[in-house]
Amino acid sequence: MNDFSLTSTQPANVNVLTVTDLHKSYGEQEVLRGMSFSVARGECFGLLGPNGAGKTTTLRLCLGLVTAEAGNVDLLGMPVPADARRARLRVGVVPQMDNLDPDFTVAENLLVYGRYFGLADAGIRARIPDLLEFAGLAGRAESRIQTLSGGMKRRLTLARSLVNDPDLIFMDEPTTGLDPQARHLIWERLKTLVAQGKTILLNTHFMDEAERLCARLAILDHGRIIALGSPRELIARHIEPEVVEAYGEGTLAWAATARALAPRVEVTGETVFCYTADAGRVLASLEGRPALRYLHRAANLEDVFLKLTGRELRD
Amino acid sequence: MSNADEALRPMRAASDYAPPRLSLRFVPVWRRNFLVWKKLAIPSILGNLADPMIYMLGLGYGLGALLPEVGGVSYIVFLAAGTVCFSTTNSATFESLYSAFSRMHVQRTWDAIMNAPVDLDDVVLAELMWAASKSFLSGLAILAVVWALGLSTSPLSLLAIGVVPLVGLCFAAIGLAITAMAAGYDFFMYYFTLVITPMAMLCGVFFPIEQLPAAFQAIAWVLPLSHATSLVRPLLLGEIPANIVSDVLVLLAYAAAGFYTAVVLFRRRLLK
Repeated sequence: MNDFSLTSTQPANVNVLTVTDLHKSYGEQEVLRGMSFSVARGECFGLLGPNGAGKTTTLRLCLGLVTAEAGNVDLLGMPVPADARRARLRVGVVPQMDNLDPDFTVAENLLVYGRYFGLADAGIRARIPDLLEFAGLAGRAESRIQTLSGGMKRRLTLARSLVNDPDLIFMDEPTTGLDPQARHLIWERLKTLVAQGKTILLNTHFMDEAERLCARLAILDHGRIIALGSPRELIARHIEPEVVEAYGEGTLAWAATARALAPRVEVTGETVFCYTADAGRVLASLEGRPALRYLHRAANLEDVFLKLTGRELRD
Repeated sequence: MSNADEALRPMRAASDYAPPRLSLRFVPVWRRNFLVWKKLAIPSILGNLADPMIYMLGLGYGLGALLPEVGGVSYIVFLAAGTVCFSTTNSATFESLYSAFSRMHVQRTWDAIMNAPVDLDDVVLAELMWAASKSFLSGLAILAVVWALGLSTSPLSLLAIGVVPLVGLCFAAIGLAITAMAAGYDFFMYYFTLVITPMAMLCGVFFPIEQLPAAFQAIAWVLPLSHATSLVRPLLLGEIPANIVSDVLVLLAYAAAGFYTAVVLFRRRLLK
């Protein structure tokens, strides 16, 4: 098994990242309006939000690449942006857009990136086989970047973020654009990293990703955290436990009936969502209407997300 | 909006204009560019050498056969110094425009580097040093040809090796400032056609500055390339340049001002 946690210099149960009341505007647009959260050592913490909610801005502020108008960031015990560069010595980043070096091979990408951390060539070279093994890229050390699939590039980017054996890894939508197989492989690796004691801050808009990986998560909207907790807590706190989704010919006409049977009913396009503590009466009503198709399931994070952030499109 | 917010805003604005923070952290970034270059070194050197060589030999011997003497020497000897300077200028400019822009904007290489413990100032310094290094090779290659053809035989011409990096730094710095303002590659064509090419005509690359009308001469002496040719030409002829101190100072001043402008503009562009 690959183990990337060589050292553990800080005691357990310490927050490795604390963000307090961040405000950030671009011109008239307030991107962050009082953002606060903290990430404990060894946890995977998710920032979940629609496009434009401020996830990437938060990440850039945490890395000290941007300065906030107000608020504080403490990264690995160091104030950001004042000591951001020093803090980044122990941080890994998987950016949203691939920025691997197209002129280099797989191994050269890792070697050159390790040098930015002041690491000696011999030390980096010694780590490369383990990093490639971890990324499922063993045997591809000499491959050119252009010959890699999208999933392989993402995994190499993940390996690159581990070259300095970081304590904390920032991941900005690490599985966007990947097929399900590639996505599952990334998820496995992230779980392994957490099991090894790494801390992860995960930006995502995939609910199943957040639900599987994150011990705790914050739902962002319009530059603010509107809910924070474990996936189960959020579901229990914000939503009815059972959901019936009905669709097909005549569904919209049935919606009026449904409203009498479930405490909360929402209609989106051709689909009727019934949220309830006991779906028995809703299901009975549907049994008598064979034209309607339906899905009965437990409430999930997506239901919470849509309830809190609304169903209208975000651009 | 809070009071703290209002109070902090001027601080942020001031920090864009803070002096560049220079450190040796630029070295790994320079080595990155060097590693890319190494993979294509031979075609790159030949490509950099062919164009100025064709101009120097074609104009020098072809046009030179029609001319009695230019600046007191044969035209090819006159042109040799101009070619060393202009080749260095072109190489530094090209690298700091097109190549730096690709790394910053197209490939997002700078973004990746700045996620590591390397700051923007380090990256800009690395690009400056890299463009200057690459142009040093171009200038040196032309000098080697000049020596090989016997166009310069004085030991003083060895001092030109020291002038070439100054010319490279100067034009790399100005080029980076241009890149910091560029929306796309098209912008660079204007810089070449409106700045670099006219400068070559005004600054004693192809003919003596004294040939120009007085007003143009005055303009020429404000431009850095004049000070490059006025250093390199006497050295190749085995003479001590007349205005060593002021020529060197002008080149250094352009380098410093260009670099500072570039750092400020890149901060405003990228750190927001």
